[in-house]
Amino acid sequence: MQTKIVGALRQALIEEMEADRSVVLIGQDIGVFGGAYRVTEGLLEMFGEERVRDAPISEAAIIGAAVGAAMTGLRPVVEIQFNDFIACGMDQLCNQAAKIRFMMGGQVSVPLVLRAPYGATGRAAQHSQSLEAWFMHTPGLKVVMPSTPYDAKGLLKSAIHDGNPVVFLEHKLLYGGASPGGKAKTAVDGLGAAYRPAPDEEYRVPLGLAEVKREGTDVTVVATGLMVHKALAAAAALEPEGISVEVLDPRTLAPLDRTAILRSVTRTGRAVVASEDVSTCGFGSEVAALLADQAIFFLQSPVKRVCVPDTPIPFAPALEREVIPQVEDIIAAVREVMEASA
Amino acid sequence: MMNIQEALGLYRTMVRIRVFEEKLFFLFSTRAMPGSMHQYDGQEAVAAGVCARLAPEDYVSSTHRGHGHCIAKGADLKAVMAEMFAKSTGCCRGMGGSMHIADFSIGMLGANGIVAGGIPLAVGAAWSAQYQRNGRVAVAFFGDGAANEGVFHESLNLAAVWRLPVLFVCENNQYGFSTHYRRVTAVEDIAVRAAAYAMPGQVVDGMDAEAVYEAAGQAVARARRGEGPSLLECKTYRFRGHSRFEPGRYRKPEELEHWKERDPLASWRRRLAGQWRVPEEELAALEAAAAQEIEEAVAFSESSPEPQPGDHLRYIYAN
Repeated sequence: MQTKIVGALRQALIEEMEADRSVVLIGQDIGVFGGAYRVTEGLLEMFGEERVRDAPISEAAIIGAAVGAAMTGLRPVVEIQFNDFIACGMDQLCNQAAKIRFMMGGQVSVPLVLRAPYGATGRAAQHSQSLEAWFMHTPGLKVVMPSTPYDAKGLLKSAIHDGNPVVFLEHKLLYGGASPGGKAKTAVDGLGAAYRPAPDEEYRVPLGLAEVKREGTDVTVVATGLMVHKALAAAAALEPEGISVEVLDPRTLAPLDRTAILRSVTRTGRAVVASEDVSTCGFGSEVAALLADQAIFFLQSPVKRVCVPDTPIPFAPALEREVIPQVEDIIAAVREVMEASA
Repeated sequence: MMNIQEALGLYRTMVRIRVFEEKLFFLFSTRAMPGSMHQYDGQEAVAAGVCARLAPEDYVSSTHRGHGHCIAKGADLKAVMAEMFAKSTGCCRGMGGSMHIADFSIGMLGANGIVAGGIPLAVGAAWSAQYQRNGRVAVAFFGDGAANEGVFHESLNLAAVWRLPVLFVCENNQYGFSTHYRRVTAVEDIAVRAAAYAMPGQVVDGMDAEAVYEAAGQAVARARRGEGPSLLECKTYRFRGHSRFEPGRYRKPEELEHWKERDPLASWRRRLAGQWRVPEEELAALEAAAAQEIEEAVAFSESSPEPQPGDHLRYIYAN
């Protein structure tokens, strides 16, 4: 059993590499060092240099080579050290990986997984972003964001089996292991049963399927990644006030399980969206648009977004905390939608 | 030294490309075709000479100027022509067009609308071939403009470090759109950049099919032996403008004339008739067959159905 996401992801890679020789890993510092966040620790020793390839600091060539390899029989799993660095390989991801099957009229498929850590942990504006909306905005890509060890293992296995490029975003504070430099920066202590462990047996979590992480009747909080746990904490804090919060975790952002969101919100009549990306054209915007389009007559109050305002992430810890959504921000948003419909 | 069959094969490939491009020019002029296109006339010796060294299962990545590579690699001309017409019988089902022309069944990884975008794809295909030990090689075709993109340098370095079976073929046709390469490139010969990545680099006369054929033969053999990548810079010239919407007036007429005197088809035809004593009737028959093949491809395309509304939705995701 894996009780941390770092171990659950490693377990998924081991299982898939043992099952299929075409699964290969490529990334910076994933072999000798074991990965900046330790996900690939020990895999070089287990599978050898041919399958666990330390790459030069060349994001465009790494992603592009993985696309070419995926077109010709391999199933590469790329690790980009921080999701911010995907910008250096954006053409290869968004113009090549996402579109080449389409442009070729379906002659090829691109079974490629691109894993990358995201989220703010005190590293300033170029190592702290949550860029899921960039990838959601690119048809041809799938986007996954797990919140528990159980989901992380099951989703990564599904992503490796998928015939499409999948961007797999992992929140640094949810790994549960040490961060670069060995400092244990983690938010997983005290999450309790919500941080559901990954069992050793074979299972997959299908892409495109949301999960209700907590049932409730008054308001739906659609939350992604680390925000799932902040939303659960907010729900627990609001329970004594008699506010019943449902927490819905989409788990896959593209394709988005719109049916599950509509099912929940048409029942509760109120919605808050909690994500760690910036506001404009963000994940929350898409959910709010969906609700405006298809659930407006079920809504008892306006949809509220809890996300980062349109700003780069500042270095100063107090300012980072100010812009990153906190439990109290979700609580405030829930109260606001409750009061608006009182 | 090549034999007569190889020499005739090179000529046949070059003629098929030339006739295809001339027909396209006419069809675009009469507005029978949608979109735009980037034509390959003048550079035929490069695609013909390199691809003659490849097996059908070897890989090729290409550029926005990709018709020649596709034809030289062995794509079905009917399917290629139908793609130009955006028909549902096109090799890309009307989803790609000129700029994304591709036939994966003969190892073509696609023409590419992003300058240098196809280079790492060939590196990845070579990585795949090396890992699967299937003996295949990959070729990345790109222009002089692409040699100033970052991913060109990243790709050469990665291929060299991993000793991948890949051949980098720079077609230096002198211009990136309107800009002469000397105005924007720090070196006279792009081939010298190979030294920075510890691989052989060679300047080749890209108007001479035999020179390309010989250089590519050595580089492909080296790759197949597991000795790693090479960079060939083929000095060449495009006879038309950058794309269909501009005729190339930034080039002096005498410059164009100078290069047209070195037309790779005309010079190769003279050598076939002289050195190899191929009868005029045989050359004429070969040319007539190519013209006939193109006419049949056009007829096939014109009679092919358009894509249906919503067809594009079938190709976004696999499964």
